Amino acid sequence: MNVKKITQFGMLIGVAFILSYIENMIPFYIGIYGVKLGLANIVTVLVLYRFGGREALQISILRVLLVSFTFGNLYSLSYSLAGSLLSGIVMVTLMKTKKFSTVGISIAGGVAHNIGQLIVAMIVLEMKELLYYGGVLIISGSITGFFIGIAAKTTLSKWKN
Amino acid sequence: MKKNDFILVLVMVVLAGAFFIGREFVFSENNLVVQVKVEGQVYKTVSLREDIFLEIVNSKGKKNVLEIKDGKASITHADCPNQYCVHHKEISKAGESIICLPNQVVVSIKGDEEAELDAVS
Repeated sequence: MNVKKITQFGMLIGVAFILSYIENMIPFYIGIYGVKLGLANIVTVLVLYRFGGREALQISILRVLLVSFTFGNLYSLSYSLAGSLLSGIVMVTLMKTKKFSTVGISIAGGVAHNIGQLIVAMIVLEMKELLYYGGVLIISGSITGFFIGIAAKTTLSKWKN
Repeated sequence: MKKNDFILVLVMVVLAGAFFIGREFVFSENNLVVQVKVEGQVYKTVSLREDIFLEIVNSKGKKNVLEIKDGKASITHADCPNQYCVHHKEISKAGESIICLPNQVVVSIKGDEEAELDAVS
């Protein structure tokens, strides 16, 4: 790892952290638990395209740890980690197929994030009834993923080395 | 966006649709009860027809207050940091639930026949 990469990674984790913080400040309750913007995912998508899958996973895990230790608790850590890991793995896999655009990959990532969280919630709370929310979470993940994808795409096109 | 992206979106819509249709069949609407679970265990089950206030206390002494009024259940007070459960909309249909993660409290509405839920898994 050279100095340039280290600095860029540091900046990107900082940006992801701040985006998570901003998301915490915006009241975005539509009345269903688990529906949120996922702003920090912009950074994951950026890193995925600029550096690669491994780096994207590393940065998103680091971000989740930092954010959970700062604002959350052990429970929020397990949900966020499951969501980010599943989302990251799905996005990396889809990118390798080269069949989807940035927006498509971001949509898949958003949906995977919600599904990962739903699975952990079902395990922790021992409630398979939570599947009731499956449909809503797929739709909300697609919509937020779409906008996150547009934001990431716009940023990528303006990012010069 | 590429053509595959649209296929992806279409798959998501179909999948979500399947969930919406599926839940109509699985969760029946008669004789609804409100089940309160704390730390994975059933704490109390009350009818959705009665208007009550119920104080829910978990093993760490943390409290949530459940209110049932006019066939709708909501959490009116919680001593948890994020207050998601208090902001959650009222629930009144089978299968809906309000969850307080920090206190590990789940308030969910169920039909009287439990056997139906087992059929899903």
